[in-house]
Amino acid sequence: MRLPSPRGPLTAGLFPALRGISPLPVDELVALVGNADCGTAELEDDDVHSALWVAYQLHYTGFDEVDHRWEWDPDLLRVRRALEDRFLAELRVRTADLVQDALQAEGSVADRLFAMTETFEAPALAAYLRRDATRDEMFELLVQRSIHNLQESDPQAFLLPRVGGAPKVALAELLFDEFGAGRPERLHSGLFARGLAECGLDDEPGAYASVVPGVTLAFMNGMNLFALHRGHTAAALGHFGAYEATSSVPSRLVVAAVERLQFPASVRAYFDEHVEADAVHEQLAFRDICGGFAEADPAAVHDLFFGAAVCLVTDADVSRHLLLSWGEGRSSLATSADALVPSDQVA
Amino acid sequence: MTVEVHGVDVQRTECPRGPLLLRGATEVVDDEGVAHEVTRPVVAVCACDRTQRAPWCDGTHKALERARRHREENAREDA
Repeated sequence: MRLPSPRGPLTAGLFPALRGISPLPVDELVALVGNADCGTAELEDDDVHSALWVAYQLHYTGFDEVDHRWEWDPDLLRVRRALEDRFLAELRVRTADLVQDALQAEGSVADRLFAMTETFEAPALAAYLRRDATRDEMFELLVQRSIHNLQESDPQAFLLPRVGGAPKVALAELLFDEFGAGRPERLHSGLFARGLAECGLDDEPGAYASVVPGVTLAFMNGMNLFALHRGHTAAALGHFGAYEATSSVPSRLVVAAVERLQFPASVRAYFDEHVEADAVHEQLAFRDICGGFAEADPAAVHDLFFGAAVCLVTDADVSRHLLLSWGEGRSSLATSADALVPSDQVA
Repeated sequence: MTVEVHGVDVQRTECPRGPLLLRGATEVVDDEGVAHEVTRPVVAVCACDRTQRAPWCDGTHKALERARRHREENAREDA
């Protein structure tokens, strides 16, 4: 994977350091992130979430031009902490009502998680795709989704050593299915990669990190923030459950959209798989994993709801951005559609 | 939906207002006698009879649940 292009002052300071071109201006960057919180310097979302996304990618396969030792570099972790504190504060404010409602509701933890995902008023992206989306808009959707789908379930694999007992068994069962259930050709991220490739799009993870808007990276950053910190395990499980519980029905609508727009069968196959798979996974995630985790640790209930609410709110941000952009007749991507050409083909 | 389940030591879990989960099933025969191969470790069989993917659950029960909630809310408002 190649490092994306800088998106503002933060990433302009960070990326050259990761390439080994200049020292990391750690104090300046931490101050920049901190100041922005007080409103004295406005950092763009694109810049903030590109920086955080890159910091998290170092824990996966990293970047061709970045030394692997940056993964645990204390100075970089200081910058990452500042970014996370800023992001977490924003997420707590934005989800406070959803979490309170769930805490005050009656019923089992699983039932309350289902109720939260069911009553949340998300922008009707899937319905738009089914009826109205153009071919170009569907291409953009695939590019937007590539940030997550090419690494589907990788963040949640970090959770397995952090949960025990029955929830661990259920999580392993769910992940086994996500990772192909013993058949390499059924690996979910692989199904998506095949669809991208057949559309003439780049199927390398992170290929479009320079062109997607901050909201798309923010969704992935919320997932990674929870999955990579042991202290946020409950939030990561709630987030995972909400993701699964809001996938099956929309996937069915996207299958219809893909058929209407005559996209390759491999694109259809990816969404088709998620209709049935996620109807199972949502039950496992909310009942066996989240419900079981709350039984063993009742104090975790708040964070289970918080994680689920973050998934809903940050996913809605992406849907809203797509619908707003398309409604105004412009691209949802940060740069022009020329950027859809793989970077190694650009002179 | 009445289905016939094939497999060894099959575990059944009924989800409240949701599908029937099967672990260890190898084949599910739907009420028209058509056999469906099981290709994942756990499968969700439709229990609301409204799925478009019979015999599998496709989440349609949530629409029924939503309608039930609306009816309850309306009834409360009318009261």
